[in-house]
Amino acid sequence: MSQIHVSTTLNGDPVEYLCEPDETLLDVLRDRLGLTGSKEGCGSGDCGACSVTVDGRLVCSCLVLGAEAQDREIETIEGVAQGENLHPLQQKILDHAALQCGVCTPGFIVAAKALLERNPDPSETEVRYWLAGNLCRCTGYDKIVRAVMDAAQEMRGA
Amino acid sequence: MPGLTNSPGAAIDVARKQGNTRPGMEKFGIGQAVRRREDERFLTGAGRYIDDQHFANLTHGAVVRSPHAHARIVSIDTGEAEAAPGVVAVITPDVYFAQGFGPIPAMTAIDGIVEGTLNHPPRHALADATVRYVGEPVVFVVAETKFKALAAAELVTVGYEELPAVVDLAHTLDADSPMIWPEAGSNLAFRFEKGDAAGVEAAFEGAAHRVTLDLVNNRIAPMAIEPRGVVGEYDAESGTLTLNVSGQAVHAQRNQMAAAVFKVEPDSMRVVAGDVGGGFGAKNFVYPENILVMLAAKLTGRPVKWISERSEAFLSEVHARDHVTRAELAVDAEGRFLALSVDTIANMGSCLSTMGPVVPTAASWVSMGGTYVVPNIHMSVRAAYTNTMPVDAYRGAGRPEAAYIMERLVDAAAFDLGIDPVEIRRRNFVRDYPYSMPLGLTIDCGDFSGTFEAAAEAIGLDGFDGRRAASEARGRARGIGLSSYLEVTLGMPSEAMELRFESDDTVTILAGTHSTGQGHETAYAQIVHETLGVPFDRIGFRQGDTAAIAVGGGHGGSRSLKIGGSTLLRSAQSVREKGRAAAVHILDAAADDIEFADGLFAVRGTNRRIGLFELERAVREAGDLPETVAPTLTTVGRFERERHSFPNGCHIAEVDVDPETGDVDLLAYVIADDFGRIVNPLIAAGQARGGAVQGIGQALLEGVVYEPGSGQLFTGSLMDYALPRADTVPDLPVGFNEAAPTDTNPLGVKGAGEAGATGAPAAIVNAVLDALKPHGVRHLDMPLTPEKVWRALLQG
Ligand code: FES
Ligand code: FES
Repeated sequence: MSQIHVSTTLNGDPVEYLCEPDETLLDVLRDRLGLTGSKEGCGSGDCGACSVTVDGRLVCSCLVLGAEAQDREIETIEGVAQGENLHPLQQKILDHAALQCGVCTPGFIVAAKALLERNPDPSETEVRYWLAGNLCRCTGYDKIVRAVMDAAQEMRGA
Repeated sequence: MPGLTNSPGAAIDVARKQGNTRPGMEKFGIGQAVRRREDERFLTGAGRYIDDQHFANLTHGAVVRSPHAHARIVSIDTGEAEAAPGVVAVITPDVYFAQGFGPIPAMTAIDGIVEGTLNHPPRHALADATVRYVGEPVVFVVAETKFKALAAAELVTVGYEELPAVVDLAHTLDADSPMIWPEAGSNLAFRFEKGDAAGVEAAFEGAAHRVTLDLVNNRIAPMAIEPRGVVGEYDAESGTLTLNVSGQAVHAQRNQMAAAVFKVEPDSMRVVAGDVGGGFGAKNFVYPENILVMLAAKLTGRPVKWISERSEAFLSEVHARDHVTRAELAVDAEGRFLALSVDTIANMGSCLSTMGPVVPTAASWVSMGGTYVVPNIHMSVRAAYTNTMPVDAYRGAGRPEAAYIMERLVDAAAFDLGIDPVEIRRRNFVRDYPYSMPLGLTIDCGDFSGTFEAAAEAIGLDGFDGRRAASEARGRARGIGLSSYLEVTLGMPSEAMELRFESDDTVTILAGTHSTGQGHETAYAQIVHETLGVPFDRIGFRQGDTAAIAVGGGHGGSRSLKIGGSTLLRSAQSVREKGRAAAVHILDAAADDIEFADGLFAVRGTNRRIGLFELERAVREAGDLPETVAPTLTTVGRFERERHSFPNGCHIAEVDVDPETGDVDLLAYVIADDFGRIVNPLIAAGQARGGAVQGIGQALLEGVVYEPGSGQLFTGSLMDYALPRADTVPDLPVGFNEAAPTDTNPLGVKGAGEAGATGAPAAIVNAVLDALKPHGVRHLDMPLTPEKVWRALLQG
């Protein structure tokens, strides 16, 4: 099978790559573009560790083909901090120690950011339901939820 | 709240305050809610887990696994696979067994084993003529890419002659059950006895009540979010085999593989772990794939990587728990406990995994009886083989099973005797410390009733009746569940921790313990900062590499802070003493005149002073030192456990059950823990909560299910095996009781890692059964799925 040429925008920068027709966006990000922040926890859409946004919409990159990124805007964990400055979500997760092994954390941050972009003032229940697509085996979720609520509050004030 | 130095919720408040602290205002000593130093790389996606690391010239492995639970291998045809595009090597059992490797070792030297027919059946990295569980590795294929390896693995044709299989623990010891190791004559791996059987029998005879409960501790899967993964490397020149592993006990893995499997000197093997995405015990062990990638690297001359797919994780990572128990409690007329009898069948799986035999025996009797005075205890365990994945240690390993037995039995006693579950606990708590438990250990200290009352107050036990009435008015059944748990810190009993002074005025902690998210990088640095006054950012951390760290006890049994932290404290104290001797020499002062504070040695009453790093450089560069002065402050401290410590606490759950659907809504959950001294409340509360949610998952959602007869795994994906999600659980306030300090170790800590998973299951089950009590339901086994609860209500 011949490879497909894809032009896309990744974390604000134009990017081009060749990929196999059946290669996932997650594999493209990790193996071809060296962006290993998105993790593979299942490869089947069940864990959210691979969360990215495509044109602002939260998706599991393990369920999207690399070829589908043509002419889209892809955002990954690597684009969340602005240089040295952590995003408020990252800062709040740090402040609360809302992570342990950290392998789920990029997915939670990308998912929570997508939530706050559409709903800047979510209730705790809304946060819990939105993040229910992301599995964490370490933290018990408590501090993640609290960090997202805190970040939302700070971002509303800013 | 009485008895608690931090009320539930206080850790959260601490965290909030911490967030508002300006840089430079933070305190870094023991007891402070120091933010974790490891987190920034994780937050930005810069963590280096095994699958994120780069290896030049890498190849990829795929495992051909048995589709049958029990079968003889009659033929293996790898011709097509070998000819497939990109295939580099195919390792068949013939190739494997030609290496002369030994079997994967398991721990079987356990006091109390009274009968063992085949203590340790040979388990190899590839099946030897017979497969004994679905998923057992048969052939290993190596190719240029992961997909080529997977495609070629599909082309391997294995002929099987199916044999009858048994996966059901309750029947595997029946005389007519299919035999998994016919050489053994039965499926009994071994029998274990502990305690005074005659004394227990006598106590039951004289008791007013005999409370009997049959219960199942359900088989669960550890399921760290980062799947297992390994990269094998071989250096032909030096003959060194290297295993890069998402693992937790690098020294143990190296030593076991070198001595038992590869039969080489430990020095010719290196095991190294980078960031590890959770483990919970399951990544401690030597797995077939760990051996296969190293062998493949040696045979191909190239690095070989294998990363578990999620569905493969269900098939090939150790499972946990899986006990069937009859527990009996003798109770006197006043509701006081007289004796406990426990008879358990423990599933080992198809063979013995590394610590599998230890879990239901040595790791379980230690806390049997829990937080109560139980004058007589007898325990009997039959460990049995089944055609399933081997079972091994997972968060708590043995102690959650003991806690579940006791806390369920106490509620059953309350049910049978018509006593309030709160009241029966109050009547039986250990209140005098030290308390000698009948099976042999002594609880040095605790405040079981104080911790219990604090949790009861935090959840608002007094107002429960009103809340129950309100639920009933809405047509719902409400229940509250208590679980007063006892834990015992186990794991490797000794450790060596190095504090190495570097040339750039930093000091590195070289740790033989292993953090897979528990925050050692931070908590350990707090200990060093507190003892030596070294600025926090001058303290480096290294773990998980047998080439860099001489010895290590790794992870397990909530040991790290108690054993590793205490060892580190000893190292730091010894650095301070060495520094003092050096300062006497360098500052030319009398020993009594040297003061040490904030990282500076000073001569009392003068302005002569020298910083720790400057002093270290001075002694290192000095040519002629007196004998009293060590040539470097670099120090390896040691500590060995002499006495056990006993983390304990109380979990209380409040649930609402929908009688129409059987759905359980977890409304409130509080945790009061006694972990001894708290080094970092942020980290300790995180351990408590994370463990609790694993226990909540076991109680409500999780269960590994093999189909009886065929032995096929039903729960082979995250769609079939339900893990707790953010909407499963409410807020989880945690409070710490620091009122009962322990002197079992210099740091004064009791251990935190496994407590949550130990306390939670009984709290949930007791709460649901409390809700179902008006319907006459006395007991249900985990997981309490809506269907199970609904059926119980229908029958009740
Ligand atoms: S890896 Fe994509 S959802 Fe799990
Ligand atoms: S922090 Fe380990 S899975 Fe979430």
